[in-house]
Amino acid sequence: MSTSTDTPRLKRTGFTAAAANYLDERTSISAVVKEFGRKIFPDHWSFLLGEVALYSFVVILITGTFLTFFFQASMAEVVYNGSWVPLKGIEMSSALQSTLHITFDVRGGLLVRQIHHWAALLFVASIGLHMMRIFFTGAFRKPRELNWVIGFLLFVLAIAEGFTGYSLPDDLLSGNGLRIIDGLIKGLPLVGTWISFLLFGGEFPGTAIVGRLYTLHILLLPAMVLAFIALHLVFVVVHKHTQYAGPGRTQQNVVGYPILPVYAAKAGGFFFVVFGVIVLIASLFTINPIWEYGPYDPSPVSAGTQPDWYVGFADGMLRLIPPHWEFEWLGRTWSFNIIVPVLILVIFLALAALYPFIEAWVTGDKREHHIADRPRNNATRTAIGAAGVVFYADMWAAASGDLIATHFKLSIESVTHTMQLALIFGPIIAYFVTKRICIALQKKDRSLALHGYESGRIVRLPGGEYIEVHQPISEYDRWRLVSQESYAPLMLRPDSRGRITMSQRLRAALSRWFYEDRLTPLTQTEIEAAAHHGHGDAQPELEEAGPQH
Amino acid sequence: MAQDDNGGIELAETSSTALEEHGLGDGRIGDPGTAVVLDDAPVNPGFPEHRLRITDRDPKHNRRAERTVYTLFYLSIAGSVWAIAAYLAFPIESGKISDLRLSTMLIGLGMVLALLGIGIGAIHWSKQIMADKEGIDIRHPVRGTDDTRERSIEIFEQANEESGFGRRTLIRNSLIGALVAFPLPAVVLFRGLAPQNEDPVKDLKHTMWKAGMRLTKDPTGLPIKASDVTLGSVFHVIPEGLDDTDDVLDEKAKAAVLLMRLKPEDLHVSKGRENWNYDGIVAYSKICTHVGCPVALYEQQTHHLLCPCHQSQFDITHEARVIFGPASRPLPQLPITVDDEGYLVARSDFHEPVGPSFWERNS
Ligand code: HEM
Ligand code: FES
Repeated sequence: MSTSTDTPRLKRTGFTAAAANYLDERTSISAVVKEFGRKIFPDHWSFLLGEVALYSFVVILITGTFLTFFFQASMAEVVYNGSWVPLKGIEMSSALQSTLHITFDVRGGLLVRQIHHWAALLFVASIGLHMMRIFFTGAFRKPRELNWVIGFLLFVLAIAEGFTGYSLPDDLLSGNGLRIIDGLIKGLPLVGTWISFLLFGGEFPGTAIVGRLYTLHILLLPAMVLAFIALHLVFVVVHKHTQYAGPGRTQQNVVGYPILPVYAAKAGGFFFVVFGVIVLIASLFTINPIWEYGPYDPSPVSAGTQPDWYVGFADGMLRLIPPHWEFEWLGRTWSFNIIVPVLILVIFLALAALYPFIEAWVTGDKREHHIADRPRNNATRTAIGAAGVVFYADMWAAASGDLIATHFKLSIESVTHTMQLALIFGPIIAYFVTKRICIALQKKDRSLALHGYESGRIVRLPGGEYIEVHQPISEYDRWRLVSQESYAPLMLRPDSRGRITMSQRLRAALSRWFYEDRLTPLTQTEIEAAAHHGHGDAQPELEEAGPQH
Repeated sequence: MAQDDNGGIELAETSSTALEEHGLGDGRIGDPGTAVVLDDAPVNPGFPEHRLRITDRDPKHNRRAERTVYTLFYLSIAGSVWAIAAYLAFPIESGKISDLRLSTMLIGLGMVLALLGIGIGAIHWSKQIMADKEGIDIRHPVRGTDDTRERSIEIFEQANEESGFGRRTLIRNSLIGALVAFPLPAVVLFRGLAPQNEDPVKDLKHTMWKAGMRLTKDPTGLPIKASDVTLGSVFHVIPEGLDDTDDVLDEKAKAAVLLMRLKPEDLHVSKGRENWNYDGIVAYSKICTHVGCPVALYEQQTHHLLCPCHQSQFDITHEARVIFGPASRPLPQLPITVDDEGYLVARSDFHEPVGPSFWERNS
């Protein structure tokens, strides 16, 4: 390297320049700025859901760290002697005592607890919505399948974080939640008894569990969440964000705003908005008033108590099992009232995790996909998603079956039986209804693209008939409607040895199921013909009768 | 990513250069599978013309937007000051919930202002004032270029050659074996999570109840006379001396009992249990046989017990058999009688394990 090229081309002076120079000479940071500073991010409200998840996690980290300075993760018995009079003189664990201390004797402590808890609820909720956005727009397709799996792991980890956190204060409700987990684990064949024994360090409840959950809650799980979030975001950068179809947008480009300055300001500002909204909720609405519940005791109960919303689906699934599903066989106890719901949940979650691979196998499409689908344009996928959502929602609603029953003055039996039926038939109905709606919407799009929209103006033709004038839509709007991907059902063909394998048959059957009901994609010629026909002359266009495709 | 030399070209420049180079068409690589690829696909109309915002066209609006942004930032500072002032001015140490609510709310609202001021200000700034020209990045296939891939294969092959990893199978396999084995001690160490010389199955099969132990009230520990238990009443019961045990909660989690009196003729008593009740007074484990919640909602008319967790119902007239919900087994019955002084006592421990089912329950 010759000395002449070493002289900087840009001569800048002043403190910022000097500082930047100092840093760059030691870190090569300018390369990072060059690489990422003007990276483009597309804009759409649905892309904010993942950001909400990320920001609420940051809020959780900040507030959780504050809580660790006061919280005592110990089940040692103490006698409460703090400011909250109704519990004075009562025996409880150090964990609950310190949580009460944060609440009643540390100014702003209750606020931080409530920010932490509300942020946790929002965290899991936004992850769920974010997953649905990815699913319904097909943003999980190649090359993003692995990132879907990472996201799925984050969803599971978030629930685990929530549950371990909920259990820390060692109040009546959290103890009851642990009791249910203990019972659930004990019911698992072969290993259940021992897992419970190891987890609780002996018999339930023991004196170890809070300390152990604490290690999970503030060390292991957050470290895993952080690592996976980092990986998740690296992949977002590597793949570049998907975008919705729009004029000028293609599979080869990404259109949007550069990180510096617009995206940084927007996203940075949005962090503060999310934080602000969480604090607003936390300052106005009480969550988890442990002082009303008191310490854990295996004997008292309160009817109508609810777990945090995100464990509702699992609790609800437990409730939906009919009586007497437990058998003795080979001298062992087979608790199918536990094995079955656990299996159902595992299969449900596994299907969600593996869906991208299933769809990719069915279509055989090996191309990259960077334009997000409009959900209606992939009717079967959207219908499957809707069925999944209904299945989840029914389990979730079942967790509040008792509240629904008392609120609407129904018997708990009829509510439970309705939900058992809905668990099976709800998804099926949702599937067919959604599919029909999607196809109807596609037809509407199609007619809009070809014939424009109804102007509401009625004209009488010389022949005496009345028709409505159609107004063509702009080519930009039309492009959004017609740029869709479409698949044909797979034709079965014998392989080189003249055989048709089982897996080919299965694939063809799935492919037929996915793509049998579809509109054939529009061609440019058809669009131009319709446009020509529509406003080539001053004649208003007739609404076409009968099916068009 | 490293191939992305592009770093956000502005639309104005690209629409004529990069876009034409890369085209607006499909031009994707890879097998489309069953995707329908049209020769005559609809044509992308290209970017619409950029529209100026009102703040671009009218300096007055621009100045107003600027004022809004810095006002919001100043408000944010005010919010932070407010939060600190509220912290100082509103004590909570009285222990009154109203003071606590007030302090929480006022500190919180100050922070809300501080946060939303920054957030809304920054977003407003970005939307109204910052240049709003969209940019465009060109995507490249995620896979490395052929050259890169070839080179990486070469590197692996060279490494394999130089180390002999593929050739020297003994070295390789013994290493794999060692790597599999070395974490095992760490796994075994976790056996220490539970006490070393205890068998969970034995623990689960017994409670602290034994013959002659008095039934006492939860939580006072006062003994109960049979004559105190009137028709239709319910008592929450713990064993006498529970508070003196080492692990009160562990014992209570197994020994908690519910005591009820029914008319003797309402009880359907099975063979062998004839003397388990005392004159219509029956005692059942309070720990649900589903997953262990306390079953403590008693309907006097129907003599049903309801578990609040998953709504299992147990019929006390039929020895607590399950009539609804996910539970499977009846609640275990505690055999009782009275002692010389007329107090209720246990005849023995439960005759079966209480609480949730477990694998070795019948072994
Ligand atoms: C994804 C992440 C997390 C979720 C979903 C979550 C959720 C929760 C929940 C629901 C509670 C019960 C709190 C209550 O109602 O008072 C809790 C408590 C707690 N969390 Fe977290 N948390 C997360 C991460 C963290 C982290 C990273 C830390 C520390 C660095 C932390 C520290 C604490 C502490 C100390 C408590 C107990 C104090 C108390 O209950 O007031 N959490 N968490
Ligand atoms: S624990 Fe009683 S019904 Fe589930």
